[in-house]
Amino acid sequence: MTIFACILFLFSFNISAQEPDIPKGKSLFNANCASCHKLNKKLIGPALRGASERHEKEWLYSWVRNSASMIKSGDSDAIAIYEEYNKVAMNSFPQLSNEDIDNILAYSDYIPPKPAIVSNVSSNSDITNSNSTNDIILILLSFVLIVLIILLVLINKTLKNLLIQNGLLIDEKNNKKGIPIGKAFVQNQFLVIVSVVILLLSSTYFAFQYMLQIGVDQGYMPIQPIHYSHKIHAGDNQIECQYCHSSAKKSKHSGIPSLNVCMNCHENIAEYNGEEDLEKGYTRDFYTNEIKKLYKAVGWDENSQSYTEDTEPVKWVRIHNLPDFVYFSHAQHVTVAGVDCQKCHGPVEEMEVLYQHSPLTMGWCLNCHKETNIKVKDNEYYTKIHEELSKKYGVEELTVAQMGGLECGKCHY
Amino acid sequence: MGNHKKYWKSEIELSSDNGMIDDIKNREFVDKLPSELFLSDEKNLKNTNTNRRDFLKYLGFSTAAATLASCEGPVNRSIPYVVQPERIVPGIANYYATSIADGFDFANVLVKTREGRPIKIENNTKAKVKSSSNARVQASVLSMYDSLRLKGPMREGKEISWEELNKNIIEELESMKANNSPVALLTQTFASPSTSKIIKDFKRKYPNVKHIVYDAISESTALDAFEIAYGQRALPSYDFSYADVIVSVGADFLGDWQGGGHDLGYVKGRVPVRDKNNKAKMSKHFQLESNMSISGANADKRIMLTPTQQKIALAKIFGYISGINIGGELPEKIDLSIKQVAESLINAGKKGIIITGIDDVNAHLLTYAINDLLRSLSYKKNELSLIRNGNDKEVLKLIKDLNNQEVKGIIMCGVNPAYTLANSDDFISGIKKANFSVCFSMKNDETALESKWVGAVPHYFESWGDNEMISGNFSLTQPTIRPLFDTMQFQDCLLKWMSSESSFYDIIKDNWENNILNNTSWNQALHDGFFKSKEKKYENIYNYLDLSDYNIVANKLPSSKSLGLELVLYSKTGLGDGQQANNPWLQEFPDPITRVSWDNYLTVSKADAKELGLKNYNVSNGALDSNYANIKANGINLKVPVIIQPGQAKGSVGLAFGYGKTNGMKKEMQVGVNAYKLYHNFNSFQNVEIEPVDDNHEFACVQLHNTLMGRGDIIKETNLEIFNTKDIEEWNSVTKVSLNHIETPVNSPDVDIWDEFDSSIGHHFNLSIDLNACTGCGACVIACHAENNVPVVGKSEVRRSRDMHWLRIDRYYSSEETFNKDNNRKDGISGLSDSLSVFGQMEEPSNNPQVVFQPVMCQHCNHAPCETVCPVAATSHGRQGQNHMAYNRCVGTRYCANNCPYKVRRFNWFLYNNNDEFDFNMNDDLGKMVLNPDVVVRSRGVMEKCSFCIQSTQAVILKAKREGRTVKKGEFNDTCACSAACSTGAMKFGDINDKESQVSVLKESDRVYHLLESVGTKPNVFYHVKVRNTDET
Repeated sequence: MTIFACILFLFSFNISAQEPDIPKGKSLFNANCASCHKLNKKLIGPALRGASERHEKEWLYSWVRNSASMIKSGDSDAIAIYEEYNKVAMNSFPQLSNEDIDNILAYSDYIPPKPAIVSNVSSNSDITNSNSTNDIILILLSFVLIVLIILLVLINKTLKNLLIQNGLLIDEKNNKKGIPIGKAFVQNQFLVIVSVVILLLSSTYFAFQYMLQIGVDQGYMPIQPIHYSHKIHAGDNQIECQYCHSSAKKSKHSGIPSLNVCMNCHENIAEYNGEEDLEKGYTRDFYTNEIKKLYKAVGWDENSQSYTEDTEPVKWVRIHNLPDFVYFSHAQHVTVAGVDCQKCHGPVEEMEVLYQHSPLTMGWCLNCHKETNIKVKDNEYYTKIHEELSKKYGVEELTVAQMGGLECGKCHY
Repeated sequence: MGNHKKYWKSEIELSSDNGMIDDIKNREFVDKLPSELFLSDEKNLKNTNTNRRDFLKYLGFSTAAATLASCEGPVNRSIPYVVQPERIVPGIANYYATSIADGFDFANVLVKTREGRPIKIENNTKAKVKSSSNARVQASVLSMYDSLRLKGPMREGKEISWEELNKNIIEELESMKANNSPVALLTQTFASPSTSKIIKDFKRKYPNVKHIVYDAISESTALDAFEIAYGQRALPSYDFSYADVIVSVGADFLGDWQGGGHDLGYVKGRVPVRDKNNKAKMSKHFQLESNMSISGANADKRIMLTPTQQKIALAKIFGYISGINIGGELPEKIDLSIKQVAESLINAGKKGIIITGIDDVNAHLLTYAINDLLRSLSYKKNELSLIRNGNDKEVLKLIKDLNNQEVKGIIMCGVNPAYTLANSDDFISGIKKANFSVCFSMKNDETALESKWVGAVPHYFESWGDNEMISGNFSLTQPTIRPLFDTMQFQDCLLKWMSSESSFYDIIKDNWENNILNNTSWNQALHDGFFKSKEKKYENIYNYLDLSDYNIVANKLPSSKSLGLELVLYSKTGLGDGQQANNPWLQEFPDPITRVSWDNYLTVSKADAKELGLKNYNVSNGALDSNYANIKANGINLKVPVIIQPGQAKGSVGLAFGYGKTNGMKKEMQVGVNAYKLYHNFNSFQNVEIEPVDDNHEFACVQLHNTLMGRGDIIKETNLEIFNTKDIEEWNSVTKVSLNHIETPVNSPDVDIWDEFDSSIGHHFNLSIDLNACTGCGACVIACHAENNVPVVGKSEVRRSRDMHWLRIDRYYSSEETFNKDNNRKDGISGLSDSLSVFGQMEEPSNNPQVVFQPVMCQHCNHAPCETVCPVAATSHGRQGQNHMAYNRCVGTRYCANNCPYKVRRFNWFLYNNNDEFDFNMNDDLGKMVLNPDVVVRSRGVMEKCSFCIQSTQAVILKAKREGRTVKKGEFNDTCACSAACSTGAMKFGDINDKESQVSVLKESDRVYHLLESVGTKPNVFYHVKVRNTDET
């Protein structure tokens, strides 16, 4: 059984002159009490802040060390709390000394001075990556610019000519000896041909490159209905990928976790207390607010700590979109081949906002199939076929491609 | 050049005084174009605001906008469950064992569901009894996603709530009970012990209720006969695996006779397996019938008889066996054959069996008597078949009572009498007179439209239920999806009307735990879907009649005289009794015999057609047309198209039930004529008059060339005698070609133009098809439809030969009496003129031809001609033997289809999904739920074909890899949808590199041959020579 942490309802006056140690209280609180109590909110048990004002110190000492016996002995306060919190008895903490309990209470009553508020909440709207639309707008703008420049040059020329005609300006050009560069260039046929060829080739190259990336959404980073930070979950808190994406092991889909999976933890984690990124506006309140969105979707009433059945599925924006005609199985890659998630999905544990890391093009798939060796070890399926095939090809280890991983029908059906 | 020839397009042009023709000739369009009307209206033109420059601006702007918009991909949403059910893993299929019992089809099945929606039906082979599903059962998954299903209860066409319906019906019932006025409960055959219990309780609560069972296609005479003979109103069951001689008089027992499902036992005796003396045995099958049925096509000897002759023949067979002289005249040749049949039966003794499909109590009595005389092992009178229980007399009386207002209320479930009764008009006028009428239906069909109250019932995938199909063999029906609509089961309603607190599920569970399961686990039974009881209920059944009684019966039977043409009504493999007529898969399913889809028609013999002036003819695009026949019988006129059917007995014509439905049907599906109109007195034999109608009917027929023309390398066929005694060269020789003047077999690598591809490592998939075991039932065709998202293209497209079936079952007729004689005749041709005349004659099928079925799908050639011609390498070969097809790479040149000798590639001429022109299941959200998410839905302009269900073979391999083991024996068996659906075992799929697999063993058989071996394609599909148990050597 997991440890059920302690409760403490404490007193307000100091027995001795000794000052309570707030940092020590904090660590004790986190180790023993935090899974059932919050400082200023009900969880499984009541909020601890103010407990010292609600009860006598001695009462609290004995309650923390052994609440069950107090309830049995018929203490009216004890029974009232027991009844109020669904008859869940608090764990006993006989190991805590009076001093420890004092420290915890001091921590719970301590209100830190408010930090300076940084106003930078507005910048979270521009998370989306600039996509192809922006590029096109840029191209259009530059085209307009070029047209404007040409126009300016032409106007300038006309004006000059006018001046010359009116005799207001002396035509310097006609006085000069030699031929201007432009004219010389036009007269040199070889140069013209070479530059035309270069121009054509390079434009073909760029056009081809442009067309190749159509439909490739590498770097696609849409705004999600709930700001879910993989950095906090997979990075800071070290949650295994497959804790949430559990079907990746056995199915073709990795699976987006259903909301009940989120609630495995978030029934107890109602607010964010980790690091903030104030520059981007990711404050604690911001994150806590996102947790509230989850509660709304799953129909969790924080006050009564119960489900309302009023649910609303979250419509996540799908990031990794393979075309319908491609069959891709997570199970094959994750379980059989043992490929790390990060190999295709990139450093997810560092991504505050998830984006598509790999191009997901067929060339990208095939390159990997050509370079990667089959994971034969401990897999009886491969034993015979690998032995025979590697003998046939005269290699020690077979790549996926040699095993047939380049065949059309392996992914397209 | 003076050329005064006059060219003319139509006769009218030849008459000189027709000025109108000249007038039309000088015009470009017959009708004047309305351009002047538009341009002459100057006022209107001037007033328009849009001028040319505006137009160009809009054009430019919209082009630019469209270009910009197309640069961004669509935003796809991914919506997970809020609370994911424990047993659902996205991407992994769940299976549920359940059973279908719609009153016509009864079977134990497995339902495959993906993310909670059923997508396919498989055989529950563990159940042993009724474990084979036919085409209709396979297709029933699509009927669940029928967009025309009733969405909730109705009163006189208006939607109401169930509370309102139940409240009102209870009031009606109570008032009827108070007045003691009779109420009829007209239902399908349920064969459900718990439903029987509920109905019994219901009758106890409302004693004025009378329960009448009605089968649309009746087996009432057989039931009556069994009751007379054995005192039990039920049907005997049959197991043909014990039979050496099978005689069927007009019973299509491989089709729908008495509920079908007899093919499993039949096939066991039909596959010749050599014993240690190298001799093979198989049963001998005589079929005496009028229409060409599937059973007739599979028979060793088929004797064509008109219905009247069938009765005489049956009586005579009884006479020969019992030694009594029976009157009745038959042509001498037929009489001789009948005598042969009787002798074979006598010789077979208890290994003989005779059955009949004649709708006459006496006929059934005689078969029961003969089987008792023979002590037939196949005749299971102690194991009763409970899946037909209709009572014609009671139904006819009910109609009378309704019209006389002697029955004042009617409750109906699972029946559609307004469509299926011959005298449906009487029935409709009857229920109009009733105080109240309730119809439980899935559709707003003919009966629902006429009923005051309509209860929407769920599909069997959304229902609870139990069945006892064969006595002692119980099955459960369990929901596999939550009800899609506001539906309620009939049984639950009955319970509500009895003010019972319990649900149908409670009753079933209670009934099973107390009366059936005998202390075994309910959960286990639910998991398996069936339970076999050890209790033998009908052990002591004996024949009440003695031989003298039967003499009278036998002499009574042939007494009816035939007048003119005799019509034989039958049910087609596709639609059966017509319940699922709105199922596009079944409509597009080509009939196994005629190969016509989307129609029913009158089958006539060639001789009768000539006499009557009925015609079939091909039009320029190769499609089949006919004129119509007008059928007159009992004051009813019916205009039906005609198919000239080889093997149709002269003097008889045939017509299929199930078509001509118009209510609760999509427009495209309203095809054919309603043959029930002719089903007078529930007799499938009717005397009719026929006259031709000069009108043109267009068929959608997928196979026009009728005979095999002696092409022995398509179908290899021999008989048991030759198979047992002659060298393999005689009956399964490989074609030889000349290599440097030395005769070399075509399968030798020396004469191969391709390099051999080494496929000895890893898996190498092969499909074995045994022509002896294939009855042509077509379950595989529908299974393939379901598994591979094959689109339905509709009648007019099928007519243009654009059908999309990945798997077809070719049917060939012989032009002589047998295929062997065809071959001999072809081999005897010498000289050009001889060949021209003989081949011309051989195109015509014989009057009573041999028939053979051959399933053909992509042969997955090791040396595939399609692969070499694809300009974009969209089709290529895999190491596992499969011929891959990358749809996204295909540009649609169709070279591959041209180069395929088997014509198995299908081209997507249109976009068949999300297209109102093809308003079938892929055009609505509900119908799309049946799609298999593991297979691509192909788009327009690409070629597609059988993939050997690569999605399933890959899934099996992945499962093995995940579990770190080799693929288990038999694991590949059911990966191909066709082989999994094939209950007779004609198709077996597997890995031939695994020497222990079933398919490797089968490949070693001496009956193996490849289709068109001489082409040198080295297919991965192999066939087994068809062996018939005929006398001819």
